[in-house]
Parts: sequence; C-alpha cells; structure tokens
Amino acid sequence: MEAISHAGAAVGVLSKEGVVLAAEKKIMSKLLETSKTTEKMYKLDEHIAAAVAGITADANILINAARLAAQRYMFTYDEPMPCEQLCQHLCDTKQGYTQFGGLRPFGVSFLFAGWDKHFGFQLYQSDPSGNYGGWKATAIGANNQAAQSILRQDYKEDISMDEALKLVVKVLNKTMDSTALTADKLELSSVTRDASGKVVYHVYTEEELTPILEAANAAAAAAEESSS
Amino acid sequence: MIDDAGVHVILTSIHNSPLALFCITFFTTGNFVLFLRFNYLGSTMDCLFGISGDGFVVIGADTSANQSIVRMKTGEDKICELDQYKLMGAVGDGGDRVQFTEFVKANLSLYAFRNGVPLSTHAAANYTRGELATALRKGPYNCNLLVAGIDDGQPSLYFLDYLATLHKMNCAAHGYCAMFMNSLFDKHWVPGMSVEEVMKLVDLGIAEVRARLVVAPPNFLIKIVDKDGVRVLAERKTATEN
Repeated sequence: MEAISHAGAAVGVLSKEGVVLAAEKKIMSKLLETSKTTEKMYKLDEHIAAAVAGITADANILINAARLAAQRYMFTYDEPMPCEQLCQHLCDTKQGYTQFGGLRPFGVSFLFAGWDKHFGFQLYQSDPSGNYGGWKATAIGANNQAAQSILRQDYKEDISMDEALKLVVKVLNKTMDSTALTADKLELSSVTRDASGKVVYHVYTEEELTPILEAANAAAAAAEESSS
Repeated sequence: MIDDAGVHVILTSIHNSPLALFCITFFTTGNFVLFLRFNYLGSTMDCLFGISGDGFVVIGADTSANQSIVRMKTGEDKICELDQYKLMGAVGDGGDRVQFTEFVKANLSLYAFRNGVPLSTHAAANYTRGELATALRKGPYNCNLLVAGIDDGQPSLYFLDYLATLHKMNCAAHGYCAMFMNSLFDKHWVPGMSVEEVMKLVDLGIAEVRARLVVAPPNFLIKIVDKDGVRVLAERKTATEN
C-alpha cells in the first residue's frame, strides 16, 4: 500500500460513451529514455484495458495472468470475458498472497476499463489486498486523495467522452508535481465502441495528446488568473 | 466377457439399436486382446429434432428407453431443461445421456450462481462442446445433443454430436429419424415460422418416421423455449405407458 501511494498516479473516468484512463509517467532522470509506447496501460483483451500503479514487475505478472484468463474464457465460451469476472479473477490471485506467510503480496493497484454486454462500460479499481469495486471516477497512486476530491467535485452523472477526457487531464494536472503538462509526462487511453458495436481501445499519440494538454494548461492558467 | 479358451467374441449390450452397434473382437495369442468397438452414433433409433421459429425454438424427442431389442419404457424425458431459457435434448447411451446433461445443467447453474448472470445459449453450447471434446479422448460420452435457448428474445439452436461438432442451425435432427426429418425441414422450413406452422412440420416429420422407419418409436415429447421460458408444448402418443 505504501509503495502505491508513491507510484505515478492513474485516473479513470466512466462516461456513457466510454471510459477514459490517464496515467502519470514519472520521469526518474533526464538521462532515462522514456518508453515510446505505453508503460502503464495494458490491453487485456479486445474489450478491456488496465492502468497500473505500483511495482511494474509485479504488475506484469498479473497482466499476464489476466490475459491468460481472458483467453481461457474465450476458449471455453467463445465469448469475451465479462469485466467484473476478469477483475475478480485477478483480485482472487492478489488475495491469495495476503493469506499466507512467506510470500510478498503484489504491490499493485489497477484500474480496469472495459465494456461487456451485461453492464456496458465499466470502471473498476483494485488494491494489493484484493479488494475491488466499481467506480464512476477514481484515482490510484500518488496524491490519489487529492485526485478523488477533484473528481468528486467535477464529476457529472451524464458526463460526455470529451468532458471525461478533460477531467482526467485536469486531475493529473493538479496532482502531478510538474507545473505544466507535456505529452511525455502522461499516457492517455480510452475504451469506446465504434458504429458497428465493436469495442475500441485507443491510446492517444503524442500528436493527439498535445492539443488536449495545451488546452488544459491554458484552462489551468486562466483559473489561476481569476482566483488571484 | 472373455472366456478361458482365448477366443473372444464380445457382444456389448446393445442399448440403443442393434443396427448401430458393431462390436468386433480380434484375439491374438497370449493375453493381448485388441478390442474394437464401432459405435456409429449417427444412426441410433432414438429420435431427436429441433426447429427454430419466430422468437422460439421447439425441441422434440421420442420417449422410449430401449434395452437390446426390447422397449423397457415409453415415458423417458430426453429433453433436459438446463435453466429457465435453455433446453438440451440428448440421445444416445442411456447413462451417458443423463449423466452428461445433468453435468452441464449443474455447471450452468453454478456459473449463474457465482457470477450473478447466466450464460448465453451460445456460451453454453460452446462450453458443452468443450466438455464433450475433452471427454472424447478419455472416456467419451456417447450422446448427440441439441441445445436451444433464448437470449434477449432471440432464439438459437445448436447441433452438437458425440464427436463434439458444433453448428448453429435453424433446424436439426439426430438419429435415423434425421434422414427423413432433415429433408422435410429442408423443404418446408422458412424464416419466421409461427408455433402452429412449426408444429405442423413436427407432425409431418413424426408421420414420416412412423411410416418409413421399421422400428419407429411410438411416443414423442415436444418442448418449447420462448420469451416465457421452457415448457412442454405437446405429446404425440401411439403407445400408453404400462
């Protein structure tokens, strides 16, 4: 739990049209090559993705287990695995490591964003103890208390995909240490459905990200201006 | 089964049809016995068929339980109600049939209990296929199945044989009766049939089986699954239960 509250933050917001995930890329050193692709967002199956906060090495093990479980489900039933079942499966594994001595629990919190035919778009949060819950908007990692209070303030029941996108960026903007957001400091992804009903997991590229971040920076600056 | 002289002719008890089971035993010297059993389950005397219509699926089966060439019972229900919206018709070895359908039924209800949502018909049919395919290389279940169900008002019917072949069908049949039923379904089935139209087709099929098949089963039970769930729709009897 302690490790996670220091890890880079991840924020998720649920809307009617989809789910948005955002995560902070911690820049350890200016010499470190930041990964070009995502380092904290994982596609688990065609219809479900996860954002991670905590020990990446531990997360990789669980991500692998989740992908395996999703494919096994697909093999058995020829249908995509319902989101909550996948989340529950992973949390069962996590819980197992809190039960017995000698082994260290997985130091990872997850945000799961997905769609299934039973309950539509869903957002789940899990912690190292194996607890999980469905959320409309939530945050894990560093400053998650602050992030959640912003989410509580700004979340609306009928939030649109665009607003959700702005909201996650705003939250990260306020909770991250750095003054202005840049595309290399965060990852953004969404789970939506296209016209044919197919679930689409999209990771925002640097080109797509930059205008969103600039708008967020401008909005933050404007807010600062008016308050002072 | 095996006598001391070393000449072995094994006749398995022929449960379903004397025509369908060929048991051939080869013997060699010593105690090595090569035992081949050909059980072509595609041609059992049991009769099972299913037809999908507008918002419903009908499954019919004979109700005979046969032992060798003797009919032991004419009130056997071969159409298992898996849950409120799913039917599974099964024909084949009596024990396997009951064991397997009960196994699937129990697992579907366990899934629904654990996860709070039931499996769709498609998922249930694929699960059943998987179980059948796994068992095929171990101790196979000798039964042919039809799985029917309703999901959000949409009917579906799946054909599944003992070799774990799965097909989604509009209408399907198993056993010798399939020879007559399939051709009738081919000719008369159209999309969007009403229950009355489907029952006419069922009666046409049963009449053909009775007219053509030397050892036609006397009694049939027909069940339906629609938006109101599963229930018995009709019976067609020429023999009374004694």
